[in-house]
Amino acid sequence: MSHVVSPIRETLVGGGRSYHDVTQDICKQVEGEPTKEWKIAFGVSCLIFAYGAYCLGYTWWQGIGVWGLNKTVGWAWDITNFVWWVGIGHAGTLISAVLLLFRQKWRTSINRAAEAMTIFAVLCAASFILAHMGRPWLAHWALPLPNTFGSLWVNFNSPLVWDVFAISTYLSVSLVFWYLGLVPDLATIRDRAQSKASKFWYGFFSMGWTGSAKTWARYEYVSLILAGISTPLVLSVHTIVSMDFATSVIPGWHTTIFPPYFVAGAIFSGFAMVQTLLLVTRVVFKLEDYITMEHIEMMNIIITVTGSIVGIAYLTEFFIAWYSGVEYESYCFINRAFGPYWWAYWMMMTCNVISPQLFWFKNIRTNILVSFILSVVVNVGMWFERFVIIVSSLHRDYIPSSWAMFSPTMYDIGDYIFSFGLFFTLFFLFAKFLPVINMAEVKSVMKGVSSNYPFKKNAEGGKDKVAH
Amino acid sequence: MNTTEKYLVGVYDDEDEVLHAVTEVKESGVKIEEVYTPFPIHGLDKAIGHPRTRIPIAAFMFGLTGLTCAQFLINYTMVFDWPMIIGGKDFFALPDWIPVSFEGTVLFTAFGMVITFCITNSLWPGKKPKTFDLRSTDDKFIVTINMDKNKLSEAEIETILKKSGAIEVNVKQF
Repeated sequence: MSHVVSPIRETLVGGGRSYHDVTQDICKQVEGEPTKEWKIAFGVSCLIFAYGAYCLGYTWWQGIGVWGLNKTVGWAWDITNFVWWVGIGHAGTLISAVLLLFRQKWRTSINRAAEAMTIFAVLCAASFILAHMGRPWLAHWALPLPNTFGSLWVNFNSPLVWDVFAISTYLSVSLVFWYLGLVPDLATIRDRAQSKASKFWYGFFSMGWTGSAKTWARYEYVSLILAGISTPLVLSVHTIVSMDFATSVIPGWHTTIFPPYFVAGAIFSGFAMVQTLLLVTRVVFKLEDYITMEHIEMMNIIITVTGSIVGIAYLTEFFIAWYSGVEYESYCFINRAFGPYWWAYWMMMTCNVISPQLFWFKNIRTNILVSFILSVVVNVGMWFERFVIIVSSLHRDYIPSSWAMFSPTMYDIGDYIFSFGLFFTLFFLFAKFLPVINMAEVKSVMKGVSSNYPFKKNAEGGKDKVAH
Repeated sequence: MNTTEKYLVGVYDDEDEVLHAVTEVKESGVKIEEVYTPFPIHGLDKAIGHPRTRIPIAAFMFGLTGLTCAQFLINYTMVFDWPMIIGGKDFFALPDWIPVSFEGTVLFTAFGMVITFCITNSLWPGKKPKTFDLRSTDDKFIVTINMDKNKLSEAEIETILKKSGAIEVNVKQF
């Protein structure tokens, strides 16, 4: 089988790796004892999780009166955090599904971690949905279950109900996609396992995978179809999230630009989060030969493209607010930029519109430290975007006597901290017990992209070209 | 059924070699049982002679089922069982139901297809794998030949495998 690779492509697997080296490198952190760094990082995230769990528990116990909400500002950090996490949760499926459909080989070494991140981010988002219900134990009321009220069903004409279906479908389909991709790699670990416990557990979850040609052929079809249905699914999720706002009659929310604008924002923040995590992971697990400069650059280019779409959306919104001639709409936008929440607006503008434009310079987008800082900046900006959309639209009610400001309480902040604790605890567990890079997929593209192929003809290997 | 099955196991260490080898071995009149590889190789199933998978058809059927179920649920609840007057609009509000119908379609397709995949390949949690060579999930490509289904002698098949590029040929009994 011949792999046609354009000569202008940079190599994606450096260091002249053989297939066995890939297995060795990726399995190392699963098989070895946890490192000291991992223990410290995991311990810290558990502490954060514990503090957050206390705050969230208190919120559930007392009700959402412990938040800083008031009669005017009825949604604030809860929905901001929800939309933020759901947005972040778009990158994983996007990388594995959309880039699979576009046959982008560079996806293979980042898709596993990105998908894991997606699942954890959606779980974090779900925690806010549950919390903001006030009575989370009645969450099943959002589902069309037969009940003793008549039976009174959910309203399928409501975007909030669409959202329940979209997010739960997205979470479960992403989980299936991720798990299916893990099975061959779990089998690799099973076949190398020494201890009884890992033989049992990796054996249990690898479902008797052998890698027969028949299975692989079906597996490829299944992956392709899953990618095909996940692509519109991932776009539908944030479209529907945006409709939670767009179908209302609140100035600043009631705009038709919302679906594409939200989806672009989601991809933007999701890729930034993947970038943040991978830049750390590649150093901690010494995966510089797998997550190369090429990967980092590609990610930065996508961040720039989506960031520019988001920037255009901001400007379009502003223009339409004026051009529509709707008084409330124009006021809302002037108030966003120059009202009491001006700092949040300009924070958003700086982080999301200006900072990704720096990636036009090659030496900036290939600088690891700058990439890391900017990836964090992007997510700070994207948090402020949601805060601006939600709070600045709500805090000026139609009647000036109802005007109010929002200030968070320690439980607003604590519940946000909870989501970080949950996210990082899960991510560290994932990074320790599961292979962070999809070994099977990396091996399948190596012939085309390894820096030193064919490695058989160059047995001494040699780090003649480390790609960074 | 035989209590013991005897297999000849050819070990290759390159994906292109194994792909050529499969065709070569087949042309020499040896019946290949299966090939085990650490990653998918395009065209390998065809070379062995496996029929094309029908899983896309199953996926489409599951999708249709999902769409039907979602439409049934929404129509039953919104039109027949408890119609709600919302601004005097039609109870049958099809455009509003596109999102949930779509999600239902995707959900049924994904789960139906993956469950079918697991059943047809007999994969389930806790299943013991039939392993011919532990390295087949690492870096080796394993061609297995069921001796009961082949007329040629062991030595002859071994020569054919070796000639096609196998780095070792082992005997495995189950």
